[in-house]
Amino acid sequence: MNLIRLIFLTFVLAMGTFNFAHAQLRIDITEGNLDPVPIAVVDFSSDRQDGQALGVEISEIIRADLERSGLFVSISPDKFQTTQTDLNYKPTFADWRVIKAEALLLGRVVIESPTRIRVEARLWDISSGEELAGIVFGTTPNQERRVAHKISDAIYEKLTGETGYFDSRIVFVSESGSKIEREKRLAIMDQDGANMMYLDTGRGMVLTPRFSPSSQRITYLSYESGKGHIYVYDIETGRRELLGNFPDMTFAPRFSPDGQSMILSLMRKGNSDLYAMDLSSRSTKRLTTSPAIDVSGSYSPDGEKIVFNSDRGGTPQLYVMNADGSSAKRISFGKGRYNSPVWSPRGDKIAFVKSRDGKFSIGVMNIDGSGERILAESYMYDVPTWSPNGRVIMFYQETRGEYGTSSLWSVDLTGRNLRKVSTPLGASDPAWSPLLP
Amino acid sequence: MKTKTIILAGAALFFAACSSTPEPEPVQAPVQTAPIPAPVQTAPTPAPVQNTSPVTGPIIQGPLPGSLDDFHFVSGGQGRVFFALDKHDLSSGARESLKRQAQWLQTYQGVTAVIEGNADERGTREYNLALAARRAESVKSFLVSLGVSPSRLTTVSYGKERPIDPRSNEEGWARNRNAHTNLMSGSIG
Repeated sequence: MNLIRLIFLTFVLAMGTFNFAHAQLRIDITEGNLDPVPIAVVDFSSDRQDGQALGVEISEIIRADLERSGLFVSISPDKFQTTQTDLNYKPTFADWRVIKAEALLLGRVVIESPTRIRVEARLWDISSGEELAGIVFGTTPNQERRVAHKISDAIYEKLTGETGYFDSRIVFVSESGSKIEREKRLAIMDQDGANMMYLDTGRGMVLTPRFSPSSQRITYLSYESGKGHIYVYDIETGRRELLGNFPDMTFAPRFSPDGQSMILSLMRKGNSDLYAMDLSSRSTKRLTTSPAIDVSGSYSPDGEKIVFNSDRGGTPQLYVMNADGSSAKRISFGKGRYNSPVWSPRGDKIAFVKSRDGKFSIGVMNIDGSGERILAESYMYDVPTWSPNGRVIMFYQETRGEYGTSSLWSVDLTGRNLRKVSTPLGASDPAWSPLLP
Repeated sequence: MKTKTIILAGAALFFAACSSTPEPEPVQAPVQTAPIPAPVQTAPTPAPVQNTSPVTGPIIQGPLPGSLDDFHFVSGGQGRVFFALDKHDLSSGARESLKRQAQWLQTYQGVTAVIEGNADERGTREYNLALAARRAESVKSFLVSLGVSPSRLTTVSYGKERPIDPRSNEEGWARNRNAHTNLMSGSIG
């Protein structure tokens, strides 16, 4: 797939700075936002009809992004009081205060040529009357969804002080068929569920895809060879490659933060241990040697530590060791079994799956195991994945019983904003991409 | 009536398996009971009627020796042995079943098998892949200890991805915690 790169032109629009003395609108997301910010997103204007249609579509995508984050409520456009929505004029703030908007986004689409559009937007703080951001993107007309997500990211960043996650994608396993004859195919979609397409992974069941943090590559487990081996797939070229030449099963792959190496589990005589593999030389280094199960390795973002899952103490628990395999220490001590750890891209948290009393839950803890917090609980939850900014965790749910189905869900790090992620069929094993370039 | 013949056939095979003759019993030749009388032209020919009892088919007497059905019949459990929650060690029942599997595999030396390890749905995906691999390995090493050549046995772990029982209850989970001896090349039937 050919990703047409967006050109991000940061430029400060001519009318710039009003009232810097006022307190700026700011959303605190560390403790969760109990009080979503009302934002008015006006349909982007255009002096051409095809541009107007694009403008309406872009505005709708932005509203949906912001609403889904749980940090905003998008005020319905039929409540808008004003007709003054020209990007190049100062908004009539009083009209926006009447409908209790705290932030305002105005925008327009300029069709420069049949193959080129320019999208401009301004974000306003209604109470201070201050312009918070001027945003311009140039792109091709079929990239309007990405432009919309990039504008959503700019709004998120301006108002929370952290990078967004809207211009990103999810690779996952699309599931159909009954529980005992389930068909699983690798699929990819935008973070909001749009543009889903299948990836050609050949024959055989596929499981546990993971994104490279530094490129448009994924790795996954496939039974194409019959045995279960790790493959690497380049999304831009569609090329797939068996990783290494192991007679034994390889599974539970995950890229290192620089994308240059991989951690994986290798099964030998029924015993799984963790290995690191350099992706250019393909040399491997064994990291664990215990006769217990060692799986689900995940690097810290600085690449210096690895969290993994082991039952060396009798039950599955979480351990952290150095990247060379030394000094493994158990970090999970709560009641229950701990699995599927994933290190946050921010570095300070580990997401995990905990099972106890017949329930599975998604939780987070500090990297030393302290501060455990359960975010969501169900019959079956598994495979947590972090949004690129480390604020949202996506995972999958399997419902109970003969007609049980799988679906994707997301929840904020705070435990708020639990939502189903819509997919055409059943879905499991989500993996979030880095922000797109 | 049918049950009895199957049991007899099974017993015969079991003894055959114990002896050192690996030759399967020859399949009984089709029996022609009586010559079909020549058609006699008397009245207008009636419309053709499907012959409900063909006279030339073989007489079925239990599973064909050396066949997959035969293997399942001799070893029991459809070639599966079952495991306790979170365990990969073999119960005494599983050992008995595997002894019969080993005897059968020793009789039919041309057969190879893939031991598939399975887990129930009450575990996470990757941990279950590792757990089910241990189960497959337990079965393989026990069969090898009984004399089956390790070169004839490979293992694969499906984790919780290949349930045979869709129910989410103790019975369903128990059935899905298994290792399956899946016969591959060399099987007759």
